[in-house]
Amino acid sequence: MIAEAGLAALWLATALAALQLALAFGLGGEQGRQVAPIRAVAVGQGLLTILAFAALVAVFLRSDMSVLLVAENSHSQKPWIYKFAGAWGNHEGSMLLWVTVLAIAGAVVALFERRLDERTLSASLGAQAALALGFFAFLLIASNPFERLDPAPLDGRGLNPLLQDPGLAFHPPTLYLGYVGLSVAFSIAVGGLIRREVGPAIARAMRPWVLAAWIMLTLGITAGSYWAYYELGWGGWWFWDPVENASLMPWLAATALLHSVNVLAARGGLRAWTMMLALVAFSMSMVGTFLVRSGILTSVHAFAVDPTRGSFILVLLTLYIGGALTLLALRIADVKEGAPFNIVSREGGLVINNLLLSVILGVVFVGTLYPLIAEAVSGEKLSVGPPYFNSVASPVALALAALMLIGPQLRWRRDSAPILPRLAPGLLIAVVILVGSIILWPAIGILPRLGLVLGVGLLPASVMPLFGRSLRRTPLAVWGMVLAHLGVAVAILGMASDSAFTREKLAASRPGDTVSVGPWLVEFKQVMPAAGPNWTALEAELRASRGSGVTVLKPQSRFFPDPPTTTNEAAIDTSWNGQLYAVLGERDEQGRWQLRLWWKPFVTLIWLGGILIALGGALALLGRLFRERQQRRRVEEAYE
Amino acid sequence: MSRLVRFAPLLILLLFVAVVAWRLLAPEDTKIRSRMTGRPVPAFVLAPATGGVSGLSSTDFATGQPRLVNVFASWCVPCIAEAPLLMEIKRRGIPINAIAVRDKPADVAEFLQSHGNPFDRIGADPESRVQIALGSSGVPETFIVDGQGVIRYQHMGPIEPGDVPLILREWEKAR
Repeated sequence: MIAEAGLAALWLATALAALQLALAFGLGGEQGRQVAPIRAVAVGQGLLTILAFAALVAVFLRSDMSVLLVAENSHSQKPWIYKFAGAWGNHEGSMLLWVTVLAIAGAVVALFERRLDERTLSASLGAQAALALGFFAFLLIASNPFERLDPAPLDGRGLNPLLQDPGLAFHPPTLYLGYVGLSVAFSIAVGGLIRREVGPAIARAMRPWVLAAWIMLTLGITAGSYWAYYELGWGGWWFWDPVENASLMPWLAATALLHSVNVLAARGGLRAWTMMLALVAFSMSMVGTFLVRSGILTSVHAFAVDPTRGSFILVLLTLYIGGALTLLALRIADVKEGAPFNIVSREGGLVINNLLLSVILGVVFVGTLYPLIAEAVSGEKLSVGPPYFNSVASPVALALAALMLIGPQLRWRRDSAPILPRLAPGLLIAVVILVGSIILWPAIGILPRLGLVLGVGLLPASVMPLFGRSLRRTPLAVWGMVLAHLGVAVAILGMASDSAFTREKLAASRPGDTVSVGPWLVEFKQVMPAAGPNWTALEAELRASRGSGVTVLKPQSRFFPDPPTTTNEAAIDTSWNGQLYAVLGERDEQGRWQLRLWWKPFVTLIWLGGILIALGGALALLGRLFRERQQRRRVEEAYE
Repeated sequence: MSRLVRFAPLLILLLFVAVVAWRLLAPEDTKIRSRMTGRPVPAFVLAPATGGVSGLSSTDFATGQPRLVNVFASWCVPCIAEAPLLMEIKRRGIPINAIAVRDKPADVAEFLQSHGNPFDRIGADPESRVQIALGSSGVPETFIVDGQGVIRYQHMGPIEPGDVPLILREWEKAR
């Protein structure tokens, strides 16, 4: 019953999406085109979609094996949290989650948006409904999550053990909130272009969504990176895997948009460019979803590959992105540019920021698709690995970091004051670090060295925008920017330290042996069997000592019987200045175990930086929303 | 702004769609073209892999008759799956040589006893040197070498029932 109710809710929501689109098109006459009816329809659509999603979660929690999706992806013996997360740990469920977020976003816009004029809001809600309609159709036609299985099996087929991790419960939903949050920016841009109303109001309406989506993407990518780091047992934190790139590309576009939307909101500039970025950001989300869901690129992320589904999403994204970009091309000539600005100005800095981010986006896009292009053109199979991405994207990213030494301190429109005094603190420290690092560590590579130099230089430079301000009256948004930029500095330091100072040791050793890695002496005590709720494992006991500090690490090689899979659980000891990372590998014929040890100084700064960036975003978002509310109240009071 | 620039994002999209549509619609070519086909077998001499069989060296191939070379190991599970098909191929009169990779004589003997011995010669390749020289990246793999000792075909992975006609065809071609 629950499954049928969910399916019915999904069909009804689809009908409402169609109605919403028709109303926005004017098929219900002028009266239907007004905001009030459209708003009601959008809220109804959101509620019904939530109902459908709740139904899916319910059948997973009840382990209802007569639902095909549950039987294929769940197991009655799984801990409840993984049953819960299992609802979206598969293709159909994750697409339903995607659409649910999309419909909720539409409903929230309909309920709370007050900055746009009514016609533009109607057009934007129409665009949002068009997006929802396509993805509802995709669910109902090509991936029905509520399909029954008759006869029902006794138990389910389990879940990929790599995915039995608390991280799974939060990683995909966080990313989806980010991906789909960008849909609102897309719809508002489409609405503005249709109505020829591209101006600061559009930017202000878009901004909280861009910020919120960007925060979620930042958190999702940070969490995903840490998950890959401790779960895959390869010691790396970013693999330039197509699925990782699929989340990085919308993030890059959203980061650029986040900066340019401020120019449009504050100064009325960069109108056409901001509209394009708003379209590109959500397009990248759809392209990312397509690349992941179609299985078109091989990746460490295993998903069901189905060409029909791939073709379906491809048709959808061609219609949506193609339609929006055509609209942009036709309307771009009508878009008036805002106030002119000098190149040495906040706007100028943000333009360069946007260009550099776009270059990185292009590099990642081309690198991700290059294997496909090469095969289409020459029939040659090849893969583009980290060397390409690292050597091409890193210098551009470092140039962007260098720009951050001064950019946030520039004034709007035209900055004729001397630059050097403001640049001095960051620059001085950077030079000191450069000289110091060359003396202390002459052997490290140029990119990690520049990373260290810029990372340290950015610490004071990021705080500089607060200089000379009354701290109590500084808007929250500025605090947010400072915090986010500090986060970037911290993350860069972590990345640079990881690539410059990591020590790795691969040793075939027997219990009783001692292995040294970095400052640590690791004694291999023993290997013992261990067991968990649905796995058995071999667990090594390693006693690691450094000076007087002693810690015990227990890496495992885990075996999941259902389905039979072996995973390596890395053991990680975190101290203030880095992580000791241990992986237990295979045993050879002579009874020696493959032990992989890494000492990674300050590697944790990477994720700490990510969290700081997201926190900065959250602060800015709160500041913006709070301030707008105050302003609205002031305006209302003035009218009374 | 010139018209071309205005439509540039759209053109990029169309390019993207064209490439991925091609990938979705064109049947995927899972064959990895061997870099060794058309080249002579590299020079090597391998000792017998177990008692009672002959070893294998590169000079054993220039006999005027094409033959299969099966790269296998007793510890390799897919090799067990393809063993009956190799027996079948042997029954059709095709000579098969073999290279046992990273194996022990006792294990090889046990493997042959349990799963049959279709091989004329079995060389032991304890450190995978010859395997790597042949351009083989895993077990099992099967090569077809013509009567002059030139590699004509490389089959990666186990031979499955559907592959037997293909192997026979390639062998006919190599004659």
